[in-house]
Amino acid sequence: MTVVNALDIGLAALVLALAAWTVAAREAFAAAVGYVAYGLLLSLVWVRLFAVDVALTEAAIGSGVTGVLLIRAAARLRGATPALDEPLAPPLRFLAGVLCAMVAGALAATVLLMPDPAPTLAPQAVGNLPSTGLGNAVTAVLISYRAFDTMLEKVVLVLAVVGVWSLAPDACWGGSPGAPRPARPEAALAFLAQVLPPLGIVVGIHIFWVGADEPGGAFQGGAILAAMWMITMMAGLTEAPPVSSTRLRLVLVSGPAVFLAIGLAGVVIAGGFLAYPSGSAKPLILFIEAFMTLTIAATLPMLVAGPPEQPPQP
Amino acid sequence: MQAITTALTATMGGLLLALAIILPVAGVLLSFVLGGRAAERIALYLMPAGLGVAAMIALGVWRSGAPLVYLLGGWPPPLGIALRADGFSAVMLLTTALVILCAGLFARANFPTPAGVNEARAPFAFWILLQGLWAALNMVFLGGDLFNLYVALELLTFAAVPLVCLDGRAETLLAALRYLVFALFGSVLYLLGAALLYGAYGTLDIGLLSSRISASPAVWAAAALMTTGLLAKTALFPLHLWLPPAHANAPAAASAILSALVVKASFFITVRLWFDVLPSLPVETPAAILATLGSLAILFGSVLALRQERLKLLIAYSTVAQIGYLFLMFPLAAGLHPWTADAWSGGVLQTLSHAFAKAAMFLAAGLVAETLGHDRISGLRGLGKVMPMSVFVLGLGGLSLMGLPPSGGFTAKWLLLMASVRSGQWPWAIVMLAGGLLAGGYVYRVLAPAFASADLSLKAPAPRNRERIALALALCAILLGFAPSGFFAFLQIGRPALTAIP
Amino acid sequence: MNTASLAGITGALLVGLGLFGLVTNPRPLRKLLAFNLLGSGVFLLFGVLARRGAAAGIAADPVPQAMVITGIVVAFSATALAVALLLRLFEETGRSTLRADPPSKAAGDGSGA
Repeated sequence: MTVVNALDIGLAALVLALAAWTVAAREAFAAAVGYVAYGLLLSLVWVRLFAVDVALTEAAIGSGVTGVLLIRAAARLRGATPALDEPLAPPLRFLAGVLCAMVAGALAATVLLMPDPAPTLAPQAVGNLPSTGLGNAVTAVLISYRAFDTMLEKVVLVLAVVGVWSLAPDACWGGSPGAPRPARPEAALAFLAQVLPPLGIVVGIHIFWVGADEPGGAFQGGAILAAMWMITMMAGLTEAPPVSSTRLRLVLVSGPAVFLAIGLAGVVIAGGFLAYPSGSAKPLILFIEAFMTLTIAATLPMLVAGPPEQPPQP
Repeated sequence: MQAITTALTATMGGLLLALAIILPVAGVLLSFVLGGRAAERIALYLMPAGLGVAAMIALGVWRSGAPLVYLLGGWPPPLGIALRADGFSAVMLLTTALVILCAGLFARANFPTPAGVNEARAPFAFWILLQGLWAALNMVFLGGDLFNLYVALELLTFAAVPLVCLDGRAETLLAALRYLVFALFGSVLYLLGAALLYGAYGTLDIGLLSSRISASPAVWAAAALMTTGLLAKTALFPLHLWLPPAHANAPAAASAILSALVVKASFFITVRLWFDVLPSLPVETPAAILATLGSLAILFGSVLALRQERLKLLIAYSTVAQIGYLFLMFPLAAGLHPWTADAWSGGVLQTLSHAFAKAAMFLAAGLVAETLGHDRISGLRGLGKVMPMSVFVLGLGGLSLMGLPPSGGFTAKWLLLMASVRSGQWPWAIVMLAGGLLAGGYVYRVLAPAFASADLSLKAPAPRNRERIALALALCAILLGFAPSGFFAFLQIGRPALTAIP
Repeated sequence: MNTASLAGITGALLVGLGLFGLVTNPRPLRKLLAFNLLGSGVFLLFGVLARRGAAAGIAADPVPQAMVITGIVVAFSATALAVALLLRLFEETGRSTLRADPPSKAAGDGSGA
């Protein structure tokens, strides 16, 4: 066993231990905190799998933003939680455990028995890179080869925002999301909220910009920008914009809208929906990515902020 | 591999397939920016346009006698994503466009933006989510890639769940949350199965997979996981618990779409999976399991429908039962036998006629609830006198549910019945007959008091115009019973069993 | 055993753990946490396939990686929607059962039955 191998095993054990804690912890709040730590360690596993783009996304969105969301929910629900169904009787619980263990075992065996090296699209993805002008094959898959998925996933985000907003009390429609801001923000949080954003914004934009050729891109850059906005909102330095704001809505749809518009233009100028004309593919892709970064940076905080809970300001 | 890749090229009229998805997506984005009042107008303008696109796709499939294909971004699979429309896709697109158009027209009275405000919460959400649902459904019926279908399923979930709890009552919120948990559980299992298929074959394109797949542990595991996930979303017994409260508590127009179309989307993908992705596997056992669950759904759903106190819940439990019939198609239409074409037609026709009948019934039930102020079945005595058209719609819909002529439901169940007799699989035939009797029972429970002579006090005048919309849908279900033989030939277009096996 | 296979086992165990939490814990927030565990296990399996598909000079097949990135964003949106639903449900039931004052429902009755 090499040192690297031992490190991998240790990492896997830690990840699994934290996952078990998330399931078993008595308090939802403690479980949510465990989940954040779990997500951060999991992004290290992704690095070990040489999937740095995913590692960045997992750390920023899977662990970070999701973590804030879950921790805040746990804090608000502390005490009473409506149960969705009856708790299982111990024998049934045991049975469920055995079944889940069997599923996990069967799955592990299947994965171990599957072909290694696996069939891959890497040669085709790399082979077609020149026509996209990109250097990062993951970005090429997201914005060119499987652009349709990515565009529609942005529409999923829009619908999620509509769904979350639709949960507002009628009287609050048009108001700002989230509870009224605290009168006196916590000093430490306020300090962070003043120091971090200038740095974070630079890092976020950098990650978006290098994404064309190196790990990074709209998702990861957007998520970092989103985190900066969330910190300033949580510290009470800025307030979430009202849901009736046209400017906010334009930002929230700009990513998929620009994607759709350029995709449609492709019908005329490149012979197909979501096709890019050869030669000018890269600038178009960067243009789309810029708006997607903006959309993600705005959507994630709005989803965390929740439905409007304050009546609109006159 | 290259040879297969080049075989997949775009066909004439393929751009229409993309357009069927682009239209509602553009509607969602535009409505979101322009807000409540505009959202309603955009949705209502787009619906006839979408119907036109669906009709042109159907015409294109009909003319060419082969599936239409479009390669997004010009990238052929396995690297890119293909859209594909065969006969089944085309009729589902048409049905979707019709039902959504009717539901939209119907919902105008429920979701207007009140005068004096720029925008109100419920209308804003409703009109956008409606277009979102429509985009997602079209994606499901056209998707040629299993991961793209995953995105479509998620889009569908995000549009459907908030519709359930638009009125914000605790009861509907709980129904929506339970629905969401089931839906998410379903998609994650589906995605896990898709991962295994990618690991084994390096593609998720349906056409490429079907030519590469052979039985192996990974493929069986993938099939089991994906099917379980899809069944949770289709609410097939015993994963049906979320459906009745969600469908019965949603606004009438939303209930109609959820019951008529949304559960059919995951059923449609289940059909794609077993008939298009995995036809080379020995499918007897899984098909028998699916049909057994379907049979149990027919029996349990019908019995539970018989015992409901509320009209909308009765109709929702009837959906649980009618979904069961769809799964009888799996053992009957599998392979290449003299009866498989008929069984396929029967399954598809059941999908369509249930969509129309159930949408009509939910709309009528919504009107009854609005007019009477409640939907308790015990309080429906004398309904036939004050709302004859709604009662007529419930009767026509009931005809299709029971499988009595003349109706699409009759033809569908007749085809399935004949296939089970001819193939010697008589248990399914017995279940179908029992299901028909039980359906007769629960339809009678609604109609009998309606025709009793009693005086009903109305909370509001019966809205005749909106009753006509429900009637139009019910008549579609009846008309399907008169489908000419050319229609059944159309349903066979693109079936791999007829083209792939010599 | 190489890193990818180890991650494969980890992913499979995460799926099992997540499934267990989802099925056995009746509380919605815990179900949601379990759903996220389950999801990340599934994503990890995609990552294993990607790593095993290393070719053409890159260390992992980019197609499954892109799918995971899409999946993570979708899973986050699902979590956000579920949390919003859950908090609203908590408020409604809290208002009607935990406190004495009558629930204010006048606003929600306009949308048909």
